[in-house]
Amino acid sequence: MSTETFSFDSSGLETLIQTLKSAGYLTLGPICRDGAIVYDEISGVSDLPQGWGDEQAPGVYRLKERKDQALFGYAVGPQSWKKYLHPPRLRLWRARQLENKLQIEKEETAVPRYALIGARACEIAAIQIQDTVLAEGPYADNTYLARRKALLIVAVQCTAPAATCFCTSQNTGPGVTSGADLILTEVLQEGSPHYLAQAGSPQGAEILEKLAFEKACSEDLKAAEQALVQAEQRISRQLQGEIARQTLQNASHDPHWQTLGERCLSCSNCTMVCPTCFCTSLEDLTTLGGEAERWRQWDSCFNLSFSYMGGGHIRQSPASRYRQWLTHKLVHWQDQFDSSGCVGCGRCISWCPVGIDLTEEVKQFAPPKSENMPERA
Amino acid sequence: MNPDPMLPAIWEVSAVKRENTLTATLELTGNQTFAFAPGQFNMLYLLGLGEIPISISGPAHEPQHLIHTIRAVGMVSRALTEVKPGTQLGVRGPFGSHWPLTAAEGQDLVIIAGGLGLAPVRPVIYKVLQEREKYGRVWLLYGARNPAEILYSEELHTWRSQFDLEVRLTLDRGDEHWRGAVGVVTTLIPRLALDPSCTLAMVCGPEIMMRFVAQALETEGLKQEQIYVSLERNMHCGIGLCGHCQLGPDFICKNGPVFRYDQVAKILTLREV
Amino acid sequence: MQIKEDLIRKQRYFKDLELKHLQALALNAEESHWEAESYIFRIGESARHFYLIGEGSVSLEMHAAQRGMVRIQTLHAGDILGWSWLFPPYKWHFDARVLEPVRGLVFDAETFLDQCEIDHELGYQIQKRFSRMMVERLQATRLQLLDLYQTGEEK
Repeated sequence: MSTETFSFDSSGLETLIQTLKSAGYLTLGPICRDGAIVYDEISGVSDLPQGWGDEQAPGVYRLKERKDQALFGYAVGPQSWKKYLHPPRLRLWRARQLENKLQIEKEETAVPRYALIGARACEIAAIQIQDTVLAEGPYADNTYLARRKALLIVAVQCTAPAATCFCTSQNTGPGVTSGADLILTEVLQEGSPHYLAQAGSPQGAEILEKLAFEKACSEDLKAAEQALVQAEQRISRQLQGEIARQTLQNASHDPHWQTLGERCLSCSNCTMVCPTCFCTSLEDLTTLGGEAERWRQWDSCFNLSFSYMGGGHIRQSPASRYRQWLTHKLVHWQDQFDSSGCVGCGRCISWCPVGIDLTEEVKQFAPPKSENMPERA
Repeated sequence: MNPDPMLPAIWEVSAVKRENTLTATLELTGNQTFAFAPGQFNMLYLLGLGEIPISISGPAHEPQHLIHTIRAVGMVSRALTEVKPGTQLGVRGPFGSHWPLTAAEGQDLVIIAGGLGLAPVRPVIYKVLQEREKYGRVWLLYGARNPAEILYSEELHTWRSQFDLEVRLTLDRGDEHWRGAVGVVTTLIPRLALDPSCTLAMVCGPEIMMRFVAQALETEGLKQEQIYVSLERNMHCGIGLCGHCQLGPDFICKNGPVFRYDQVAKILTLREV
Repeated sequence: MQIKEDLIRKQRYFKDLELKHLQALALNAEESHWEAESYIFRIGESARHFYLIGEGSVSLEMHAAQRGMVRIQTLHAGDILGWSWLFPPYKWHFDARVLEPVRGLVFDAETFLDQCEIDHELGYQIQKRFSRMMVERLQATRLQLLDLYQTGEEK
């Protein structure tokens, strides 16, 4: 597989998108809507948020106009690609009763072939984590598996990280190293965007070969490298993941959960925007015609009903629910799936209405005692 | 078992036995055999109402029937205790871990159940009786709330009459006719003369009861590694994908419901986890 | 004498008693037996004895108006019956009715208590063991109070 770097301008990007569309892909990418950069189907380059950037802080997300024409000059918005791979609402089957006989009919839908345009390193890391959770366990989520197999990822290197980003401490970015079919870098020449592209997979290499772009010149390569280095340097937030894991492992009784419980609204925003959160609920609905449908939809451990068990709720206090989320994300995930559950995208920090920043909060717990090394459960 | 674990298979209720005012045992028959290991559970679905996890409590060596004992604690369970024979249900499973019957071979076995907890261990009793020579001394200790709520009372009588099985029953509350023991099930443990060097314990009942039973067993010299418990949490998918049933790092549907006690002893003392 | 000592030694908490204390206990004990349905003691009666059940079973009961006889707990072989002899007013708080015929030991608590006042070591060793039994009984009673099997359980 060639690691040759090619270069092209916006019209080249348009060609790439159209090629993917003709190959039968549903091209998805970032667009501007409702004051944020969200993901939707894109028809071409014209749909992309040209000249837009973002400003993020705990509890803050604003779009800002850039002084150039960059198409990817922002970090990540409230949505992640999980809304396509792990859909928020899915009908699983329908049931009816005919003369005392129960009939159950599975929902068969065509598997969409998605091409993600503009996936970031942290997002690819999140998809890989969801692969472990949903596709590699003793039972696989068939919907996820099918969509994942058909997926094409066109990654874009991050050149404009937000203040809430901390991918570097989670080792998930800002540079894309694996997991993508194509890796693009946007470099600006006097405000005008220019693209470098590398293959990340045999499929990506095939596409590049077919499109026969020009090879990138050394100036471009240097500019791309510099943009990446600058991006890495701009990342100011840090999560001390291993210390957090050791601290939280034995922090069940720490009074700081109470403090967090008083701030947290249990609004579940963090779980909705988090690209690795995967919890769902199954719901049984009846139609007026006497049929029943089984639906699967996103749920959140912040919802009181999440831990309901005949008689009552296990996690009644907001403090206990916050503890569940954070401990799962940073500690138990490691035991369950051999990695941290957090990719450092910072979404939970920006989209928390009260601005809870987990990178700061983990520091508020009593540090682990060195002579009392916690044992794995 | 159906290849898609999210799609229920159709089974029909062939018999219903009322155990007491709140509890009923359903016998299900299907056009398929069903292999399960004692301790596993199924998700049972009733059209239009919903789906709940129920342990399988029949004999594992009779795969043409599925037996489930259900207590009415919510809308779906109540409806399940009131079904008539001929009703068709959806069944997904079997899911979960099982009682360590292989590890128990050659050992003494003490089975301790409280209340409805007798249902998930009944397949163990059936297996032990069927292959009695594989196990050493076997005790069944059962604690129930009051005389009316003794589960499987006819079978208890039958088991009690086995010469090679010790059955001891105690109630939290007797009534004016009750001639037997009154007191919590932990009080039965010191009287067993257990040999901790070759004993395995299988415990099932409310969480508090299991903790105190484990403590009493430890007082008799058993290690936590020799004690097994069966836990439960809110379940939706039953296959480790929906996240509901997590207890610390464990998914009750995937790593449990049967756990070796040393792996869960600490977390069971925590509140709201 | 030996029979009494052996019976006392079999009791869980007395088995590690020093010989001299064991003998002191045994000296205050008499073998006895009670028929089924007889009362070992009744509520309100003077509590100047305690009992060690060798075989048989006893029901600790109380009569509640409208509810009738309520059985609090059953005691069996190896159990000690009676604590009310330890402290004033030295009166029984429950009925102790025999279920299965009982053979066991009855201890003269009054004499024994006088001995403990003189021999504090003896007193301490016995009090230690009685408090342990009481703590266990209390623990078990608390569990009974929780009415554990009543909470919704779905399996």
